[in-house]
Amino acid sequence: MLNNHARLVYFFNVAESVKGRKKLQKLIYILQKCRVPFKEKFQFHFYGPYSEELTLRVEELCNLHLIQESKEDKGNYSRYNYSITEEGQAFLNQFTLDMPNFLPHIELLQDKSSRFLELVSTMLFFADELEREAVEEKVNKVKPKQKFTEAEFADAWLLIEQLHTIGLS
Amino acid sequence: MIEKERVDVNMLYKDELLEEEKVFKDPVHRYVHVRDRVIWDLIATKEFQRLRRIKQLGTTYLTFHGAEHSRFNHSLGVYEIVRRILANFKELPHWEESERLLSLCAALLHDLGHGPFSHSFEKIFNLDHEDFTQRIITGNTEINQVLERVEPGFSQKVADVIAKTYEDKLVVSLISSQIDADRMDYLQRDAYYTGVSYGHFDMERILRVMRPIEDQVVIKSSGMHAVEDYIMSRYQMYWQVYFHPVTRSAEVILTKILHRARYLYKKGYAFQLEPVHFISFFNEQVSLDDYLKLDESIVYYYFQTWQEEKDPILSDLCERFMNRRLFKYVEFNPNLQIQEWMTLHKLFQEAGIDPDYYLEVDSSSDLPYDFYRPGEEEERLPIHLLMPGQELKELSRNSDIVEAISGKKRTDHKLYFPHDLLQSCADENIRVQIEEILYGQGGHTYAE
Repeated sequence: MLNNHARLVYFFNVAESVKGRKKLQKLIYILQKCRVPFKEKFQFHFYGPYSEELTLRVEELCNLHLIQESKEDKGNYSRYNYSITEEGQAFLNQFTLDMPNFLPHIELLQDKSSRFLELVSTMLFFADELEREAVEEKVNKVKPKQKFTEAEFADAWLLIEQLHTIGLS
Repeated sequence: MIEKERVDVNMLYKDELLEEEKVFKDPVHRYVHVRDRVIWDLIATKEFQRLRRIKQLGTTYLTFHGAEHSRFNHSLGVYEIVRRILANFKELPHWEESERLLSLCAALLHDLGHGPFSHSFEKIFNLDHEDFTQRIITGNTEINQVLERVEPGFSQKVADVIAKTYEDKLVVSLISSQIDADRMDYLQRDAYYTGVSYGHFDMERILRVMRPIEDQVVIKSSGMHAVEDYIMSRYQMYWQVYFHPVTRSAEVILTKILHRARYLYKKGYAFQLEPVHFISFFNEQVSLDDYLKLDESIVYYYFQTWQEEKDPILSDLCERFMNRRLFKYVEFNPNLQIQEWMTLHKLFQEAGIDPDYYLEVDSSSDLPYDFYRPGEEEERLPIHLLMPGQELKELSRNSDIVEAISGKKRTDHKLYFPHDLLQSCADENIRVQIEEILYGQGGHTYAE
C-alpha cells in the first residue's frame, strides 16, 4: 500500500528540497532512467517528459502534510518549492523500502538549471532508440525555440555519462 | 478489408476521395463524415475494427449502466472534431494544409493501442498502451500498409504526432493539449452514455474561436466563457464519473484477479482451462500479435470460466466481478491511519481473509487524470487566450472560474474491503475489532 507515495517521500528526504515543479518532473524522470524505481508514467509534452501521475501524487503528499509546498514569486511567474515535513519523515519510518542509493545522482543534478535538466531529460527520452547525433537532431527538431547550443549538448552528454558511471548501489 | 480500387488511376492515393461522402450516424456529433479514401481504408483495417471490442470507460458500466460505448466510437469522434477544426483552419495563417491528412490519421488512430481494461492491465503487466499504438502503426499490420501507401515514412510521422514528438507542434496540439479534440470528444461522449447532466459544453462555439498560431492552438478571448464550461465539465466528470468510488471498487477487484491469476500461473497451478491468451502477459513478453488477440470478450470468457476454478480466491474475485458483488469502502487518511492499516492487515490474516487480495487503499493519483493546470514555470503548456491586441494570456489569469478550479487541490484516498466476507467471519472478536477500525473513524460504507 502506498509504496509509490513512500518512494516519493523518500526522494524528498534525500533531495532535501526541490526548487520548482519543472525541476521536480525532470529530476524524477532522469532518476527513473537511471533505474531508480519510481513508478510514475511519463509522456512527452511541450517541455519534455512530463508525468501527470507525479503531479497528482505530489499534490496528495502535500494534502497529507507529508511534504510541504511553498510558492515563490519570480516576477512574471510563480515557482513552487518542495521539502519533506516531520510528518513525512515519521511516515517514512513505517515503511521498509528497498531503494538504491541515489544521493550521488542528486548531488550531480541538484544545482543544474531546469532548462538544462529539460535538455538532459529530452535527450534521455530519445537516447534508447536513436544514435547520439540523431538524438541531438531530434531534440533540435522538437524544441527549436530553446536553441540549445553545442556546448549545452556536450555538457548534457557528459552529465549522462557521469550518471551512468556512478550507477546504483 | 482494405479497399484497393481507385477512382482515378492517375490520382495519388493520399489525395484520393471516395466517389461520394460516407457518413456514420453518431449520437454525439450527429454525423461523422468521411471523404478521404485513406481514412475509409484505415477504418476498415482489423486493428481499427478491434476497437469495437474495447469499452471506452472500462469498468464504469458497473456504475453507469449506459457506459458501454467503445474506443471505436470515440476514435471516430476525435477524427470528426479534427476534421471540423481543419475545415475552419483552411484559409487561416500558420496552418499548413499539407498537414491535413496527417492530422486526420493521427486523430483517428490515437487510441489504437488501448487494450481491454487498459489501466489495470498496464499496471499489473507493466505495459504501455502508447507503446502499442506506436507498434501497431509502424509494425507489420494492415494499418501500417495503408499508411505506407500514402508515402514511405508516413506511418512514422503519424506515430510521432501521437507520441507528441512530431516537429510541428500545432499538429500535435490538435489531439494533445489542454483543449484538444480527444478531450472534447470523450467528455461529451462519456456524459452522453453515462447519462449524467454535467460534461456538456458548447463545442461548436469553441471550434469557431480556435485559432492556429505558430506552435499551438489558441482561443479568441471572446470564446472564454465556452472554454470555462469545458474546464468545468472536465472537473465535474472526473469526480462524478471517472473517479467514482464504485467504479474504483470494480477496478480494484479486476486488478486483484489479474494478480491472482499470474501468481497461480507462476506457482504452476493447474488451471482447468489453460490461460493461453494470458501466458505472454504473465511472463511480461507480450508480442504485438498476442496483444491484438486479447480483447474484452476474451477476458470475460476467462473470468467466466475462472469462477469454476478450485482456487477459492480466484473464483471468488471473478464471481464478484462478473456479478457485481463489489468491495465496500471507507474514507482513509494514509498519514493519520497508517497504524490502523497495519493492524487491519494483521486482523484480516487472523480472520483467514488474505489482505493482499481483500484490503486495498486506492488513491486519486492511481487514476491519472489531467485537471487543467496553468503550467507555471514551463511545466506544461496552458490554454492561451488570444486577446484583441494579439497578445496571449493564460486562461486562469482572465477567468475567475478557471482560477478557482485550477488552484483547488482535491485528492482522495479510500480503503476497499469485502463487507460480506467480514460479516461471515467465524471469530466474533476479530470481526468486531476490524469493524471498530473501519467504521469507528467517522467513516461508513456506501451502498453501491
